[in-house]
Amino acid sequence: MNLNSNSADCSLVFVFLLARFVGSGLNLSFSQFFIHLLDFLKIIFFNEIAILASFENKMQESSYLLELKNISKSFPGVLANDSIDLKISSGEIHALLGENGAGKSTLVKMIYGILKPDSGEIWFENKATSIKSPAHARELGVAMVFQHFSLFDSLTVVENISLGMNHQSNLKQLAKQITELSNRYGLPLDPDRHVYTLSVGERQRIEIIRCLLQEPKLLIMDEPTSVLTPQEVEKLFVTLKRLANEGLAILYISHKLDEIKSLCHDATILRLGKKVATVSVDTESTGSLAAMMMGEELQAFKHPDAIELGKIRLKVKNLNVKANDPLGISLKGINLNVRAGEVVGIAGVAGNGQDELLTVLNGENLNYQAGTIQIEAQTATKLNPNQRRLLGMASVPEKRLGHGAMPEMDLTDNAFLTAYERMSLIKRFLISYKKTRNFTQNIIKEYSVKTPNEDAPAESLSGGNLQKFIIGRELSQEPTILMVSQPTWGVDTGAAQTIREALRELASKGTAVLVISQDLDELMEISDRIGAICGGVLSRFYPTSEMNIEKVGLLMAGVELDLNLNLNSDQDQDQDKTKLQGNNINAA
Amino acid sequence: MDILIPAILTIITAATPLLFAALGELVTEKSGVLNLGVEGMMIMGAVIGFVVVHYTGSSVLAILASMLAGALLATVFAMLILVFHASQVPTGLALTIFGLGLSALIGQSMIGIAYDGIPKISIPVLSELPIIGEIFFHQDILVYLSLLMVIVVWWFLNKTRSGLILRAVGDSHDAAHAMGYSVFKIRLLATLFGGAMAGVGGAYLSLSYSPLWVEGMTAGRGWIALALVVFASWRVGRVLLGAYLFGGITILQLHAQALGIGIPSQVMSMLPYLATIVVLVLISRDKKQIKLNAPASLGKAFQPSR
Repeated sequence: MNLNSNSADCSLVFVFLLARFVGSGLNLSFSQFFIHLLDFLKIIFFNEIAILASFENKMQESSYLLELKNISKSFPGVLANDSIDLKISSGEIHALLGENGAGKSTLVKMIYGILKPDSGEIWFENKATSIKSPAHARELGVAMVFQHFSLFDSLTVVENISLGMNHQSNLKQLAKQITELSNRYGLPLDPDRHVYTLSVGERQRIEIIRCLLQEPKLLIMDEPTSVLTPQEVEKLFVTLKRLANEGLAILYISHKLDEIKSLCHDATILRLGKKVATVSVDTESTGSLAAMMMGEELQAFKHPDAIELGKIRLKVKNLNVKANDPLGISLKGINLNVRAGEVVGIAGVAGNGQDELLTVLNGENLNYQAGTIQIEAQTATKLNPNQRRLLGMASVPEKRLGHGAMPEMDLTDNAFLTAYERMSLIKRFLISYKKTRNFTQNIIKEYSVKTPNEDAPAESLSGGNLQKFIIGRELSQEPTILMVSQPTWGVDTGAAQTIREALRELASKGTAVLVISQDLDELMEISDRIGAICGGVLSRFYPTSEMNIEKVGLLMAGVELDLNLNLNSDQDQDQDKTKLQGNNINAA
Repeated sequence: MDILIPAILTIITAATPLLFAALGELVTEKSGVLNLGVEGMMIMGAVIGFVVVHYTGSSVLAILASMLAGALLATVFAMLILVFHASQVPTGLALTIFGLGLSALIGQSMIGIAYDGIPKISIPVLSELPIIGEIFFHQDILVYLSLLMVIVVWWFLNKTRSGLILRAVGDSHDAAHAMGYSVFKIRLLATLFGGAMAGVGGAYLSLSYSPLWVEGMTAGRGWIALALVVFASWRVGRVLLGAYLFGGITILQLHAQALGIGIPSQVMSMLPYLATIVVLVLISRDKKQIKLNAPASLGKAFQPSR
């Protein structure tokens, strides 16, 4: 039908040109006549091509907002994306599912103009588009909320948002717009606050508001819930569903299957840079999604039925630590017992004192005001990290490069640095390299660390492999107390399972294990008792069997649990929570 | 009064070179670049300014040339740290040593030549006012320029979008990059501006403060300018205050000696440096202010990740 109107156009043009050509030809010299003839032919010819092209366009026209066709991208040594196809229409929440290193981030960066594809086409609103830069992407109507927020701590909310907008705008006007928009979508935000005073949830709101202000057609969200409490997640989902109803397309990146089940319509699954499938979420189970994501069925973790609790190995009493860093968190009245044979989990939103707690417990920070720490019934309050290690304490910090391992040093040296005393790797004041090398090789073998050899620098390992190495290094020293922060952050699902099993096994051998994590599913899975840290205050600990995600979420928000609590009427608790969060901010 | 007016006048002249160099360095540091080569860029400005005024007789040309000289040296620094990702601290130190050496080479034939100094500009009517007139409205163009730059830099950093972007790059280069701002371009421009300002600061020394060329005539002023930026916790108003405070202390020894106060001149020469340390210690007690104003990515190399 389109062809008809096009050919009608064509014949009209033809008649017009012919008339002009004939008319002008009457009083022209031969050369001019010839030039006109050429012009005429040219116009006819190109007109024909244009018509053909527009016809082709119309054939491909569809209701998709964004279409990726055969997108490939490689980095030196890695094919990050291998001819990926993806289609999203307006009003759809589309999940991009995959493990770490599956190529999700690379793909999304190409849509947002940070990277350029090596081959393939990006079609936006039915036009083949080469997205040159993030600014260009924003102009087209693509907005993105990053996993690691792109925020500037020392600037205010409105300044931050203004930086993410393409067009210069009056800050006062913008502040007004922010307040309006944030009220409309239930994302309260004060435009004049400095970012460093805000909680992580509030920071994410900045990102979302910033995106919404641009009235985007497509919103990309990169693992937005990894930093939120379950209650905050719920609120976010309500907002996202509302936005989708208003016609916004959302590309939702995650590896959390439950979230995808409850939020998304369709899911595209990536594995090792290749597209596995695009499926409708409703027809799939979390199990089948996981199988597609990992290429194998995941065996459910078996929680031991009964554990035998031994003596108290780590005892912390009334610990008060004032933050060194003005933006850090002070710890207040920390009480904690960890017994032989149990895994104790500490939940909490990032930046609520987890790092501070770990560095005080492992002896890195000896600068505290009050309280005692006992290791194996010995007072260890004033002992430095090495002395604590000799008593049997091992720790794995959250930051792997630069805290858990020296980036430029090779694995052997890194193994030596924490293990030399317990494994007696020093012989007559000199490093016994033979012994150290054997020790390192054992770690690599036993924990299947992927590395060419033990001479590779720590920074050359991927995040997951380095974590396996660091945990292996600590476990091989057979500690009686092990403290781990974010044991599986950024580790792919298979390796994460191995790490969790190793921690459980260690506990069953009589080690006291303390796990600090933001991953609630993980804590629920491996810990025997669970508590949370909020604003530097540690909650009481409850047996995991009596807890669920919602209850832990309340602990994370600083609400003390009354276990008879009716969780359905949480109107008042919400108020409590906001009050408490306000306090945290003041305290910080 | 007879002592006060010349004292205030000398404070202004002592403060002006510091003000230029510190304002420039402030902008550079706000973008996240720590350029320790201020001393080197200042002295290059000083020698080039003097050479140009000697051969052309034009003080305007001399000032422009000194800006260019400072900026050129800053370009070398910027290339090393932004393109080759060299560490900023040693590169800055090398820049200072390089500048001192090169300026000595260039200025070899200039030693012992005198110059009248750039002319003072009297602002009509206002300069007739008693006391104030002589202090504020009978100065050379560089003094006026330095005070104008205080306002311009403050306005630029706090009121313009470009200033906001510059501060953002200094706060988190990764976030700025993710938003599509060119960290390289912004840092390059900020470094060049810092170099040009240090160059003018140096030119003020050889064209006005003591209009002649002496090897190493900056005498550590570049370092004081660096300290000033920290002392001012990266705030423009405080840089102004600090520059005049340090200027005042520097000049104190001359007038104290003239008055016959029996303190050894060596002790007096130590004063500005001592004051720097004391003030730094006092100021750094308020960690929150520093954390809020200090560019968080100061001195960190930026390599965009994939």
